[in-house]
Amino acid sequence: MTAKAYRRRLDIKNGRVDLSHGSGGRAMAQLITDIFHKALDNEWLRRGNDQAAFDVAQGRMVMTTDGYVVSPLFFPGGDIGSLAVHGTINDIAMGGAHPLYLSASFIIEEGFPLVDLKRIADSMGAAAGAAGVPVVTGDTKVVERGKADGVFISTTGIGAVPGGLDLSADKIQPGDRVILSGTLGDHGVAVMSKRKNLSFDTALLSDSAPLHGLVAAMVEAGGHHLRVMRDPTRGGLAATLNELADRSNIGFRLAEDAIPVRPEVAAACELLGLDPLYVANEGKLVAVLAPKAAETVLAAMRTHPLGRDAAIIGEAIEDDHHFVQMTTGFGGGRMVDWLSGEQLPRIC
Amino acid sequence: MKYIDEYRDGRIAQTFARQIAGEVKAGASYRLIEFCGGHTHAISRFGIADLLPANVRMIHGPGCPVCVLPVGRIDMAIGLAIRPEVTLCTYGDLMRVPGSQGASLLKTKAAGADIRMVYSTLDAVRIAEAEPSREVVFFAIGFETTTPPTALAIRLAAAKGLKNFSVFCNHVLTPAAIQSILESPEVRTLGRVRVDGFIGPSHVSTIIGTQPYEFFAEEFGKPVVVTGFEPLDVLQAILMLVRQVNEGRHEVENQYVRAVTRDGNAIAKREVAEFFEPRKSFVWRGLGVVPYSGLRLKQAYAAFDAELRFELADAGGEDNPACECGAILRGVKTPTECKLFGKLCTPDTPMGSCMVSSEGACAAHWTYGRFRDRARSAA
Amino acid sequence: MNAILPDGMARVTLSGVSMEISIALVGDVGVGDYVIVHVGYALARIDPEEAERTLSLMREGGLIGPSEMMEALP
Repeated sequence: MTAKAYRRRLDIKNGRVDLSHGSGGRAMAQLITDIFHKALDNEWLRRGNDQAAFDVAQGRMVMTTDGYVVSPLFFPGGDIGSLAVHGTINDIAMGGAHPLYLSASFIIEEGFPLVDLKRIADSMGAAAGAAGVPVVTGDTKVVERGKADGVFISTTGIGAVPGGLDLSADKIQPGDRVILSGTLGDHGVAVMSKRKNLSFDTALLSDSAPLHGLVAAMVEAGGHHLRVMRDPTRGGLAATLNELADRSNIGFRLAEDAIPVRPEVAAACELLGLDPLYVANEGKLVAVLAPKAAETVLAAMRTHPLGRDAAIIGEAIEDDHHFVQMTTGFGGGRMVDWLSGEQLPRIC
Repeated sequence: MKYIDEYRDGRIAQTFARQIAGEVKAGASYRLIEFCGGHTHAISRFGIADLLPANVRMIHGPGCPVCVLPVGRIDMAIGLAIRPEVTLCTYGDLMRVPGSQGASLLKTKAAGADIRMVYSTLDAVRIAEAEPSREVVFFAIGFETTTPPTALAIRLAAAKGLKNFSVFCNHVLTPAAIQSILESPEVRTLGRVRVDGFIGPSHVSTIIGTQPYEFFAEEFGKPVVVTGFEPLDVLQAILMLVRQVNEGRHEVENQYVRAVTRDGNAIAKREVAEFFEPRKSFVWRGLGVVPYSGLRLKQAYAAFDAELRFELADAGGEDNPACECGAILRGVKTPTECKLFGKLCTPDTPMGSCMVSSEGACAAHWTYGRFRDRARSAA
Repeated sequence: MNAILPDGMARVTLSGVSMEISIALVGDVGVGDYVIVHVGYALARIDPEEAERTLSLMREGGLIGPSEMMEALP
């Protein structure tokens, strides 16, 4: 009987990813097992196949895919790993669906420290575990130094849509109400704060969070009155509402006073010359729904930890130009147009 | 936010709106021009136009330093940036300003040039110190507000003995801007705007004080009110101007007493005088040549002058012939009167500089105000 | 302003957000003063009395007229 070949343990503390970790050989297998499988641990990964097999639910399913290139990789309140899990879950949840499974592909730059890779993987595992949505399959590639900014993560997620639910932008009608689940701009400002050397008296954290629990509560309270939901990530609330307006052939009128913004976010935006309406969020949603259900759904949201600051911020109106207009706190009117160009570098 | 929120109080705004409406004379017209980018932005962002009676018109003048930067100067900056040894540091606003042939710093960066956005001139000096092998050039623009920060950067670089730091200077002077609105060689082609009063700039006035405006009030017989940049400041100033017009006065009044004095900031003025001197003439985008309107580094600091260090020649680029930025900057035309507005020229595809900076009249109108055009054309 | 730092810098705070800026352009400012900040520099100190006077005039729906201006200027 031959002894099992001696396998040196990964030097997590000082080791770095090198090209051998991407070549498909023993080194790669070790990286995957010791870092990814360990962190993401679930029955599918334990079986060690290239694909994950599961039974499919009856009825409609949704599938989504996302790429994560955030810089810096670690920011107050999260990192690229937890962001990837939350963001993908949220895309599924915006369709009203229950998220079921995730996959994750890692493109890692040669020289990336193993300690950081482990930190990211562990964070993903924790996020997936807390959300109850496992990462059942994945892939790893290593590229030469300079060809990836540390690590890029691509994900796919699938979910099951509860019977009868069919959310879509083209269902919006004039008179429908717009609900925002909480404060704007937390994520973008938290990420920017690291870059711009701002410091905060009370720690301002990214709002990165999985919204499927909140969505489930909303669907229960008034699912058949919901028209559409979106999470305002890149480009902020402004981009999301402009997209919805274009697709549904209506306009929006918002009330600035009704939009919740934390004082620190308002102050940081003031200092940096940013508008919270354009800043990315990673744990918020916008829902458009029939007026008669607005108060009920709002009440349901406010009982959920991720919806405490939820508010009705405006309504859909007839408008061939699809403008998003806002009555300012000052009393005058303004438009909330698309963002032009790039305001914040890589925040998702 | 202290000293900010109080000046954005909606209820006080309503009081001012009623007072202004009560004091304007029927049949009289009040055309008030502001030439401070901060005011252009505040008026649009807070929707101040909605609070004013129809006979009070706010006109945006050339208060946006990005907007008045000529095509040729952008081309020169691009030329600098593509040199392999150069690191060009710039304020964010300049990245998308169109140069000749649709080039821009943003596109040049995409092609591989080392262009870095900085928030403060100190950041540029820090980069020069940290990377001695790079030739760090700071792309300096702005009216009197940003000139002292550039002066301090040169002072700091000199104190640190940095040999790899220089400034590409495009600083311009506010009194010259006012002059160009009222009287300039281009008046015949671009027209003269009828102005009843001036909203004087806020930040610039903290530096130069209220004194420089006394000449204009006297010479042209128009009232000037130096104004803070919060929306209530603007409304209060409008009320003050309406009163001056009604009473036939043309004085310089200071609404921004909490930050502006008659003499301004002596330290800042001294710093600027140490490092800069006026150029005989400088070209402004859309306005042509304006005498004694721009600054360059003094001879003693030639070592920090990027134009000398890199032997830059003025490229003299051309504006798009259909672009009305010139007339718009002088308040003679509105953005919607430009054929390119909203069609070929949008914030994503700017043809002229008024569309690029958030303080530019066209960008401000597009981003915040164009929903009103529909109401006007329907009426 | 929260704190004066070496090399002509200071830490300023707005609603719990702090950043470092240069105070090289303003004469004698101290902790507790409010300043106008632009591109990383303090340009001017806000005079709290004048600020309060402007605000109370605004609240009363009043104006700064020529007579008040004379008093305000040094």
